[in-house]
Amino acid sequence: MNTEALIPKIGVVTDIRIDTPDVKTFRIVGLDGKKVFEHIPGQCAMLSMPGVGEALFSITSSPTNKDFLEFSIKKCGCVTDWLHQMEVGQQITIRGPYGNGFPVETNLKGKDLLFIAGGIGLAPLRSVINYVRDNRKNYGSVQIIYGSRSKDDLVDYREIIDEWMNDEGIEVNLTIDREQEGWDGHVGFVPNYVKELNPDIRKTVLMCGPPIMIKFTLAGLKELGFQDTQVYTTMELRMKCGIGKCGRCNIGSKYVCKDGPVFRFDQLGELPNEY
Amino acid sequence: MKKLSLANLDAFFAKIADKQALYMPIENKAGQLQFQRWTEGAKLSVGCNTVRSAKDFFFPQTENLVDFKVKGKEIEIIDSRTEKEDFVIFGVRACDVRSFAILDKVFLSNPVDTYYKSRREHGTIISLACTHPEETCFCRTFGIDATQPEGDVASWITEDAVYFQPQSDKGQKLLEKCGALLEEADESPVLRQKQQTKTYLDKLPLATLSTKHFENKDQLEVFNSEKWAELSEACLGCGTCTFVCPTCQCYDIRDFDTGKGIKRFRCWDSCMYSDFTKMAGGQPRLTQLERFRQRFMHKLVYFPINNDGEFGCVGCGRCLKKCPISMNIVKVMKTLEGEEK
Repeated sequence: MNTEALIPKIGVVTDIRIDTPDVKTFRIVGLDGKKVFEHIPGQCAMLSMPGVGEALFSITSSPTNKDFLEFSIKKCGCVTDWLHQMEVGQQITIRGPYGNGFPVETNLKGKDLLFIAGGIGLAPLRSVINYVRDNRKNYGSVQIIYGSRSKDDLVDYREIIDEWMNDEGIEVNLTIDREQEGWDGHVGFVPNYVKELNPDIRKTVLMCGPPIMIKFTLAGLKELGFQDTQVYTTMELRMKCGIGKCGRCNIGSKYVCKDGPVFRFDQLGELPNEY
Repeated sequence: MKKLSLANLDAFFAKIADKQALYMPIENKAGQLQFQRWTEGAKLSVGCNTVRSAKDFFFPQTENLVDFKVKGKEIEIIDSRTEKEDFVIFGVRACDVRSFAILDKVFLSNPVDTYYKSRREHGTIISLACTHPEETCFCRTFGIDATQPEGDVASWITEDAVYFQPQSDKGQKLLEKCGALLEEADESPVLRQKQQTKTYLDKLPLATLSTKHFENKDQLEVFNSEKWAELSEACLGCGTCTFVCPTCQCYDIRDFDTGKGIKRFRCWDSCMYSDFTKMAGGQPRLTQLERFRQRFMHKLVYFPINNDGEFGCVGCGRCLKKCPISMNIVKVMKTLEGEEK
């Protein structure tokens, strides 16, 4: 851990991929051209443009990628607006990694995994998915259910089509909210699609997406027979410090930046519903 | 125990202030007590506690964290901190000294806040025992003894002398420097004063206030109380309670473009403010009820859960005096406790 926790390092943007009309994926390395730090899938980092602001983003690349960190960022506020107009070569500041991450080396090991994502919610899960793909023998079957508003809003679409769908033992189920020309896949909301697919209830679930999707998907999973203890999610609240001191990202006695962002639903159940 | 004749008090202050900054409660132009730097002729005032707490010494209201220079696509990060000077705070009351221990749990836990840590290392605290606790005082509720304050050196002022008891190596060294002015003393005048003050403490209106209701409490049970609505109804969200509170430590980080570069500041913030948790994508604490509840849940439930049962309040009573609608932690404690009966 960096002993000067609030003083960032320089990050250089080496690649910008346009994923959707409002999501870009930024590739970042240090001034020396190397990865800025190592992380666990699900952990986050504080990115900032001095004078504009600092905000927390989940790291979407897998730790098995030894060369760089990637962040998929949706344009939705002051800092993200600025990040979206950057060009390759731009320097920003970066500090982290923050949070607990998914228990990829403990609780998830040997398990059949079901990933459920909605929209930009795929960003933190992509880190785990690629980590699992690179350590395939440590995990059981992998199923990915991913939905977005339209086919143009599917983040990482090329990677999903070209890589994930071609992997042995990975089942990918995509869906979009409404019928669209040029889309012959499934149409419908994620919660309903999960119920239709009726996944094996022995699977461990990793879920991320808009709050409304989480709410209905969790209810659907419970109808199917899943327990709270089988379902992990990753949270996001406003943060300033990232180290459990500035006092604003708490859910009850837990700080999302330090004790989270990954929580199991039985853990969330013991906390006030303030998120 | 050491003794200093009151006649030598200014000489003692001058001796300390010779090598380092010395701060103490001094009356300002508005007639209010505030910690100010001592200079020749300044008059220590010990009638009551300071309007603001002493937390500024270690966690200032605003501070410059780091600077940036932006040139084209390039950024330079400048750590502009300079070596801090040693300082002594005289006259810190038992409640405020305990607040430092509470702030320590936040800022010195991993990862350590080096800005705070550096100030803690450079500061020496001479605490001062209370002799006339006010009707808003309730430090005893949190196990604090107003007659025997913590700190590097504890002190007692009687009619004719100041008595000192070193309580740390730092405190011992400070007293050694002033050795020529001090003499060995019999502690009986201090014991008499303590006894006298205790009779006042026993009679305080809040003397029987207890934390029992909140000990080892399930957070959801307190959170879901129906009492929060009536308690928070009149709250203006002004944040005064958080600013005068010695243990409130929430902060904001913001950048300021000076025209010659960018300065990143840390400033006090308040969970009572509507934009405290506001995000582009939503707001988890939309109403003043939720924000009000957060502040008291943090002090009475969340902080103890994370810190071996220690509450996030020291009973200094500042919020009781300053809240414009007369709401405060005592009313919250009593109301929530009342519903159990």
